[in-house]
Amino acid sequence: MAEYIPTYVGTVTKYVFVESPLLTPKDLAVRAYEISGGVMIKETCFGLQVTGTPDEVEALVAKVREFDPFHIFVKDRGFPPGDERRCRANLGGARPGYLGHEFEMKKVRYISKGLEAAAATAPSLPEKPKSLDARRLKEMMDAEEP
Amino acid sequence: MAKVFIYPATSLILSDMVARFGHEPLGSAIGIRERIQTPGFESPPLQITPEEPKKGLKWAAVEVPSGVRGRMAVYGPLIEAAEAAVIVRDPEFAFGCMGCARTNELILFHLRNMGIPVLELDYPESEDEGIAFVAAIREFLNGLPKEASE
Repeated sequence: MAEYIPTYVGTVTKYVFVESPLLTPKDLAVRAYEISGGVMIKETCFGLQVTGTPDEVEALVAKVREFDPFHIFVKDRGFPPGDERRCRANLGGARPGYLGHEFEMKKVRYISKGLEAAAATAPSLPEKPKSLDARRLKEMMDAEEP
Repeated sequence: MAKVFIYPATSLILSDMVARFGHEPLGSAIGIRERIQTPGFESPPLQITPEEPKKGLKWAAVEVPSGVRGRMAVYGPLIEAAEAAVIVRDPEFAFGCMGCARTNELILFHLRNMGIPVLELDYPESEDEGIAFVAAIREFLNGLPKEASE
């Protein structure tokens, strides 16, 4: 079996998703290129993939978030961009992980509302009845003297 | 900054929330990246070598299918490193083959039995639920230690 020689060793890759009425993925990409400073950026239909050293990527992501803090979402990616094992160009069809993104992107508008509300105030949590913990129940049963 | 395991481990929303509120999300990308960037693995593309199911024995018994043990070789070290966890109950997209399903059950079992702080909630279905969802996560994460671990 051929020896595996990894590429982009020591880098991190992050997805940047944008779901905003004010900022398209294309706009985001253009703005990100302006401040990229050598970090590798790949445009996608949902936003960007950013690859570079951890410090560079962290700094870029922090700046990119400022463009629209409540509508930009970031997560880690294990594979570098264009990796043949994940790139849809090689596989034909949606790449693995697409369904998860599709599902969660339907929910992020609610999250955006939550973030806006959290920034405006610190809302108190609704009271929820707590179920009895199994450990606690066992303690109560054990405490019962025969 | 606490290490917070997220479930589903590929969740964009949870990963973003944890990082946004000042902690380190532990998800599948971290474990996969480690393998992707390690030279010498023999079996791309999945990077699961015959050694992985052996490592997985630490978290799952020998009669458990090797697929589960192989997956636990990725998730186990992350679970051990976790100082807290955020779990979304019954995520629709986290279904899969029996290996994935049993691994998910095992992950939840370990998280709930480790004694670390765990927040469990459901995906929001409306704006009000979204507000409560973010508020619950924020309050939970604000209660975790902010200083670097180790």
